Amino acid sequence: MEQFAQIQVSHLFFLAFASLAVVAAFNVILQRNPIYSAIGLIVVMCSLAGLFLTLSAEFIAAIQIIVYAGAIMVLFVFVIMLLNIREEDAKADRQKYLKFLAVPLFLALIGVVMAALKTIGNPAASPNVPGTVENVAEGMFTNYLLPFEATSVLILMAIVGSMFLARRESAEDTNEIETALNAANQPTAVEESSEEEVHA
Amino acid sequence: MVPLSWYLALSAVLFTIGVAGVLIQRNAIVLFMCIELMLNSVNLTLVAFSRFLGDVTGQLFVFIVMVVAAAEAAVGLAIIIALFRTRETLNVDEADLLKL
Amino acid sequence: MLKWITLAPLIGAVINGLFGKRLGEKVVGAIACGSVAVSAVLAFLSFSQLTHATPDANGVRRVTEHFFTWISVGNFQADFAYLLDPLSGIYILFITGVGLLIHIYAVGYMHGDPGFYRFFAYLNLFMFMMLTLVLGDNLLLLFVGWEGVGLCSYLLIGFFTKWNVAGDASKKAFIVNRIGDFGFMIATFLVFTTFGTISFVTKNIGGHEVASFLTQVSAPTIAAGGVLTAIALLLFVGATGKSAQIPLFVWLPDAMAGPTPVSALIHAATMVTAGVYLTARCSAVVVKSPTAMTVIAIIGAATAIFAATIGLAQNDIKKVLAYSTVSQLGYMFLACGVGAFAAGIFHVMTHAFFKALLFLGAGSVIHGAHDEQDMRKMGGFRKYMPFTFGTMFVGWLAISGFPPLSGFFSKDEILWKTWSTEALPTVAGFPLSKILWGIAALTALLTAIYMTRMMVMTFWGEERFGKSHGDDHGHASHGHDDHGHGHGKPHESGWLMVGPLVVLAVLSLVGGFVGVPAAMGGANHFEHFLEPVIAHAQPHGVAHAPAAGDAHGAAPAEQHAATTADPAAKVEEHHDTTTELALAGFSILLGLIGIGVGFAVFGKNPLKPMPKLLEDKYRIDELYDATVVHPIETVSREGLWKIVDVKIIDGVVNGAAKLFGGISGVLRYTQTGFARNYAAVILVGAIAIIGYFGYIALR
Repeated sequence: MEQFAQIQVSHLFFLAFASLAVVAAFNVILQRNPIYSAIGLIVVMCSLAGLFLTLSAEFIAAIQIIVYAGAIMVLFVFVIMLLNIREEDAKADRQKYLKFLAVPLFLALIGVVMAALKTIGNPAASPNVPGTVENVAEGMFTNYLLPFEATSVLILMAIVGSMFLARRESAEDTNEIETALNAANQPTAVEESSEEEVHA
Repeated sequence: MVPLSWYLALSAVLFTIGVAGVLIQRNAIVLFMCIELMLNSVNLTLVAFSRFLGDVTGQLFVFIVMVVAAAEAAVGLAIIIALFRTRETLNVDEADLLKL
Repeated sequence: MLKWITLAPLIGAVINGLFGKRLGEKVVGAIACGSVAVSAVLAFLSFSQLTHATPDANGVRRVTEHFFTWISVGNFQADFAYLLDPLSGIYILFITGVGLLIHIYAVGYMHGDPGFYRFFAYLNLFMFMMLTLVLGDNLLLLFVGWEGVGLCSYLLIGFFTKWNVAGDASKKAFIVNRIGDFGFMIATFLVFTTFGTISFVTKNIGGHEVASFLTQVSAPTIAAGGVLTAIALLLFVGATGKSAQIPLFVWLPDAMAGPTPVSALIHAATMVTAGVYLTARCSAVVVKSPTAMTVIAIIGAATAIFAATIGLAQNDIKKVLAYSTVSQLGYMFLACGVGAFAAGIFHVMTHAFFKALLFLGAGSVIHGAHDEQDMRKMGGFRKYMPFTFGTMFVGWLAISGFPPLSGFFSKDEILWKTWSTEALPTVAGFPLSKILWGIAALTALLTAIYMTRMMVMTFWGEERFGKSHGDDHGHASHGHDDHGHGHGKPHESGWLMVGPLVVLAVLSLVGGFVGVPAAMGGANHFEHFLEPVIAHAQPHGVAHAPAAGDAHGAAPAEQHAATTADPAAKVEEHHDTTTELALAGFSILLGLIGIGVGFAVFGKNPLKPMPKLLEDKYRIDELYDATVVHPIETVSREGLWKIVDVKIIDGVVNGAAKLFGGISGVLRYTQTGFARNYAAVILVGAIAIIGYFGYIALR
């Protein structure tokens, strides 16, 4: 019974969340219906949030739920529903061999990484618990302010880009593109093509 | 305390599952989700190290990774939508114009 | 002035070649003949300058002129420089003189031909090359002229470009010549490596004076035989090619496909004598090699009789004369082989006169018979062409050795020297020289017979022209357009053609008087004139005897001291006059017998058929075809072409292309366009790299 005395609650928590995450991950890749895959991914994210909590990273855990599970996966689900994807057709898979290749590669990668992990050993956890909001904010707004601002620019670009890429092409857009192409083919000065118009 | 190597092992497994998914799946959106899975596993690794080394930098990194993942998901899905409009299919194998 | 002798015809050739088409026949003819006339005048002036020049230490008169330095590399020097000494002096006189006459003749002969200007351009170019050949002062410049005359021969034989016969003949001439040239080149290399110079005069090379190789070889310290034999024989190989001796004579009869003035100039008077010139010029080398002299003498005699027998059976008038030329060239080489180089050169000169005369006369006959060359369709022409008949009569007597025409003196000299030479060995107990004399005498008889046959068939007897015979040779029409009348009566040719014939007939009559030997009361100016520049042959078996009296350039003083025993060793000064006169009488007798036999046999029956073997020229051409030409052709076609070129070379080239095509055909399958494949590949690579690092970390 001494082994069991060694088992702590933290281990149990870890095993619970970990197994949930792995099972859900398999679900993601093996399901036919994309909605089921999306749900599987949400479960993975939530279990990862739990794992973050066991690592005392409460801010990150919260962010994980809010951003990943709450925004990104919602976006995925919206897109799936928008495109009205059914179960995938049972068309002949042109790359059938990949299905058979995946398992050995899977095992190979696991094996290699596990072998590499042996070199790490088991360091002791540091006594400080760095995951609090104040610690994160302190690091972010002093040392790493520039990346933070950069991410805001990144988000801006993502907004603009996704809006432009996903819009429906209207008739005037088609005309504009055609005139722009003709102008570009002329040897004369390139006239400015009309910028994209932001749809409301 | 849960040993560090367990977290890393879990992260490796999740990452590998994501890779296998990329190879297996033909649906573009599910492919994307597998990529998100890979990113998440990396997040786990970073947080684990952050905890064990006592440095908050790891978690900041995770923050940035999440922002980038969000942006990438948005743009990527927009592309998939645009692709879907012209091709009426989400099968990535159909997008093979670059073959010789 | 010497360079203008050669350059005047070159200028004429260039003008005619570039502008001749627009200038019209009269202007072209005037330019062509004019340039050769300039050359002739300059040649005479130079010759008189030469006779008044002071002889150098060894009695040699020479006039040299340096044009420009051509090649000067290390010790090797070859200049465009000219040497006029007695040997080349005689040559330029008859080359330009006879050449001028033939040019004038050709203006009449080629009248109306659309390639008139081209003909004269080539002919002038030939004169330039030939004069360079004889005036050159080193072996390389001589070779330039040698090749050049070969080229012009090719161009002129193939002048009638519409005829395959002409094209084939010109190619044959060029290729056979080339075989000889190979021997010449190797000889030149040997001369250079043995003596360090290829010049005929003393040259200043690299700061010090280098004597000519001819002087060097005459030094008593040089042993006979060995490399000298090789040089002499290789030079002779070149000479057999150019001068149509056995085994390389086969091109000369075919060369008759060219226009008759070409046959007269090139293949009778000048180009074919280049081989004799070379042998005489390098006589110092030849006399140092008894083996070479024997070979030359034997081949000369063999060629003479061989060609004479073939000439007996030919029906084409030009072919008879062609084989006659080959035969007479054999005489010249026989003379060189026994050491009588001066006699050989004498025969060259007289042969130029009477053979050119005979060829031009034949051309006039052909022209008058409306381009008919087959003698079986002639006959009785002497009524219709009196001038041609008269001049050819003189030529016929000259070649048959009828005194006192030129041919008698030169041929008789050769026969006498052959009989009396001591430079040849004995074979099986019989002296070789007497055997060769016998062959030469027999040839003289045959010469008289076949020339008489030719004259009889052409000029006497019943008139056979206009009748059709069963076997029609295809030589009927050449590039000449016809004169508006078909096969009518033959007619005499115009003055442009007959004039040179008359001049040549006069020369054939009196040309021999410069060389009347002492035994007959003459002073033999010819031989004495040439003596300083030609080496004296040693009696056979006398290996190291110094060559007395022989001189090129600066001979060392010890030569003079060593001239003790040697006036007696000089082969030419045999005072056996009685034998000489007896032999002369015998040759006259042979000539008369030959003429008599000719009239007797062919006068009654001009069409008497001759043995088929002779008519087929002993099937030598067929033999060469089977043993040399066809094997080479087969090897080329089956071996070199089908295997080496198509399979190996093309195989490699095409194979390289196919290889790369194949490789890319395989490699392109990596670019599938499917993202998942790319991902799989990346994954495999990632596993490999991680595994590698992990492996290293774990060790």
